[in-house]
Amino acid sequence: MVNRHAVGAHYGLKDWLAQRATAIYMALFTLFFAVCTLCMPEFSYPAWVEFLASPSVRFFAFLFVLSLCYHAWIGVRDIWMDYVKPAGARLALHLVTLFLLIGYAGWAVHILWRL
Amino acid sequence: MSKRTVQFKIYRYDPDKDAAPYMQDISVELEPADKKLLDAMVRLKAKDDSLSFRRSCREGVCGSDAININGKNGLACLTDVDDLKQPVVLRPLPGLPVIRDLIVDMTQFFKQYHSIKPYLINDDPPPERERLQSPEEREELNGLYECILCACCSTACPSFWWNPDKFVGPSGLLNAYRFIADTRDQAINERLDNLEDPYRLFRCHTIMNCIDVCPKSLNPTRAIGKIKDLMVRRAI
Repeated sequence: MVNRHAVGAHYGLKDWLAQRATAIYMALFTLFFAVCTLCMPEFSYPAWVEFLASPSVRFFAFLFVLSLCYHAWIGVRDIWMDYVKPAGARLALHLVTLFLLIGYAGWAVHILWRL
Repeated sequence: MSKRTVQFKIYRYDPDKDAAPYMQDISVELEPADKKLLDAMVRLKAKDDSLSFRRSCREGVCGSDAININGKNGLACLTDVDDLKQPVVLRPLPGLPVIRDLIVDMTQFFKQYHSIKPYLINDDPPPERERLQSPEEREELNGLYECILCACCSTACPSFWWNPDKFVGPSGLLNAYRFIADTRDQAINERLDNLEDPYRLFRCHTIMNCIDVCPKSLNPTRAIGKIKDLMVRRAI
């Protein structure tokens, strides 16, 4: 194949925005989580289970996991785009990252709803 | 200022003669009137005429004498030689192929500059005298049109080092915004479409080396932020 050079994929803005939005959500959730943890009557397993059994806490924790995975996807993809030149290797790394993050999200859901 | 001697350590490479680049230790005696680094380099050239570097206007307008001075990009003609720590280490601009000594191949830099169509696009017939702007509209171009294309910023940008063929670079993006911001231009959407790409625009990670080194004190990071701002306003 003739090595023609093409750029202009016409995406990137949504990812850039999402990276900032997820960062803000994660910062707010971390603050909320820290305050809730400090206000817990005792640091014990039953207290944790009771805290995380609340549907709203589970909902916000689940959103946190999704935000973390999406944020990590954009950040790690950026690293591959910056430093990995062969397109085949880059595609393979993108796929590995994507599968790992989807797996982690599923695992986190399993942990949250098992408690 | 009296006569003084300045020590230099200069990157030397002549591909016709040298197997590999090397650093040359050399000193030069300056005359009282020699104020700028370029004055010292001209004296060095008189001492060793094999030393190669670009220079032209010697007053910070042409941008041809951009080099890496003690680890930081800058213009030799605007840098006070007496303010520099000795030995003064001179290297070519980082990230671009070296042609010889301090001369780099700027092809990639100008390819990116040309890719943003650095000219006014307006299909209306030109008026008899000029296309008018209000003072506020003209004000927006300040801090943009002054770019002299010396490449100090783009060659200080790690994102440009890794992807010079895909990332437009701070200088190209500053100039892109110069035409996006121009109310006389009619191609704002095409210009934004041209830049909406994970490589062309979004390789900028706001490292801000560009602001740190710009010899004209311009702010490419702010211009890049304004391009993103316009894209967001257009999209939501």
